[in-house]
Amino acid sequence: MAEKVKSKIKDKKEKLRAPMTGKDWIKFIILMIISIVFIAPILLVLMNSFKGKLFVSNDPFVFPNAESFVGLKNYTNGIEKIDFFSAFFVSLFITVCSVILIVLATAMCAWFITRVKTWYTKLLYLLFAFSMIVPFQMVMYPMSQVANMTHLDNMFGIVVIYLGFGAGLSVFMFAGFVKSVPLEIEEAAMIDGCGPMKTFFLIDFPILRPSAITVAILNAMWIWNDYLLPTLILPSETKTIPMAIQYLRGGYGSIDMAAMMAMLVLAIIPIIIFYFACQKYIIKGVMAGAVKG
Amino acid sequence: MQKAIKKWFPVLALPTVVAFLISFLIPFIIGIYLSFCKFKTVKNAKWVGFDNYLKAFANEDFINALWFTVKFTIVSVITINILAFLFAMLLTKALRGTNVFRTIFFMPNLIGGIVLGYIWLMIINGVLQYFNATITTDASYGFWGLVILMNWQLIGYMMIIYISGIQNISPDLIEAAQIDGANSVQRLFHITIPQVMPSITICLFLTLTNSFKLFDQNYALTAGAPGKSTQMLALDIYNTFYGRVGWQGVGQAKAVIFFLIVAAIALTQLFLTRRKEVEN
Repeated sequence: MAEKVKSKIKDKKEKLRAPMTGKDWIKFIILMIISIVFIAPILLVLMNSFKGKLFVSNDPFVFPNAESFVGLKNYTNGIEKIDFFSAFFVSLFITVCSVILIVLATAMCAWFITRVKTWYTKLLYLLFAFSMIVPFQMVMYPMSQVANMTHLDNMFGIVVIYLGFGAGLSVFMFAGFVKSVPLEIEEAAMIDGCGPMKTFFLIDFPILRPSAITVAILNAMWIWNDYLLPTLILPSETKTIPMAIQYLRGGYGSIDMAAMMAMLVLAIIPIIIFYFACQKYIIKGVMAGAVKG
Repeated sequence: MQKAIKKWFPVLALPTVVAFLISFLIPFIIGIYLSFCKFKTVKNAKWVGFDNYLKAFANEDFINALWFTVKFTIVSVITINILAFLFAMLLTKALRGTNVFRTIFFMPNLIGGIVLGYIWLMIINGVLQYFNATITTDASYGFWGLVILMNWQLIGYMMIIYISGIQNISPDLIEAAQIDGANSVQRLFHITIPQVMPSITICLFLTLTNSFKLFDQNYALTAGAPGKSTQMLALDIYNTFYGRVGWQGVGQAKAVIFFLIVAAIALTQLFLTRRKEVEN
């Protein structure tokens, strides 16, 4: 094991040693500068999250000094103001539950409508595809009314709403992958005595695993960052992270930018952890989503 | 086999279908109906025909928002795609740290619109205060602020799509052109760009729909200020619904118009990609 790691490191070093021409160096330096421009906004937020209110708005580009440094005051202040941790758990709960439900339910649904060929499965497929091109504003008002009438206007009910909204893209993507699963395997399983449910969970679902990861990541990113839908559905005391951040804005022009910076840092940290933990899948998943949608 | 699966409809398909009906299909149909009604709640809707649509088109805010959105979309689609393509060109050569650069450029795409809006609000106001202004002093500040924000968010994403397009070009093609004496500019315009056309189509439409439907970033960065001059369509629809009593019907009519424009864009894309597939 250790040797493997060593040889890997050696390989990497070898790569680094590959000679770079003058042109390559210019490119490298340009890319370095662009990267700094790309990271700078996040570093600025981090830096300002330790400064007093006035200093954030008057000298946002200056490092905190003895005068402007306020330690973790912005964090404690912001956490208290918007109840950040309960927002975090609301966001986490809604995202995790919705993603699990969406992956399971839409995978089964996609399998059903690809394997059963009748008029209503064809119609469903068309409707799911159609829903992908409808912008949220088109349905937001009636949807919030329907959610209200069906008592889905809370953090448990919103999971069902997300299933309905995520269904279009997710069913569409799963259906594309189900088509590539050879029918013979399923038939063999059924002849061996597997019922449809067993066939799906023992044969199809394992094959669909890579696409399930893609669907999960696309939905997780959407739901975690979603602002408008939960604002319209959830009762005012239940807030997701984006809602809590927006809540800091308060009345006209009165944003506590110092507390805001601290809360932005807390909002970005989970995303960065998630990104570095499954970067490979995220980039792949987003790419697959781009080509489909 | 079909028959056996069909029996399991209640378990396999029903949950998704019911959720889809509740949160999408029924609201969509109600939405179309309500766009022809005057109402305060869904239950007391009164049919008024095309009145709401006439009001929507006569509404200055709506027309302003439409123009602002169109201008913003054109500028951001052009800037994002040109920059993303250039970055992709820089990154396809095996250089030191290529993967690190990719990781960094892609990261802003994962951050949500509200958070993005406030990050840039701090930066842009920080710069503008040296000129005794804020982002809400002038509509053009808000406009360019949004363009910069969108560039920062989407360049990395588009870049990755372009990179995979460029990497799919057969090296033989480039070699052949080199042997024939084509210089790098000629190779770019006669080989690279025609070969990555599919990626270009995807990126153009992704940036187009994303910019056109923008809401969160607009809401957090300027919220339409000064006045309503930096209000985009989605925000205008939202404000018509929730900011103006008795205008819900007009808001719904605006939403239907918005939907028709977005659908037209999507269908154009579908048509273009289908045609390409046939050609290939």
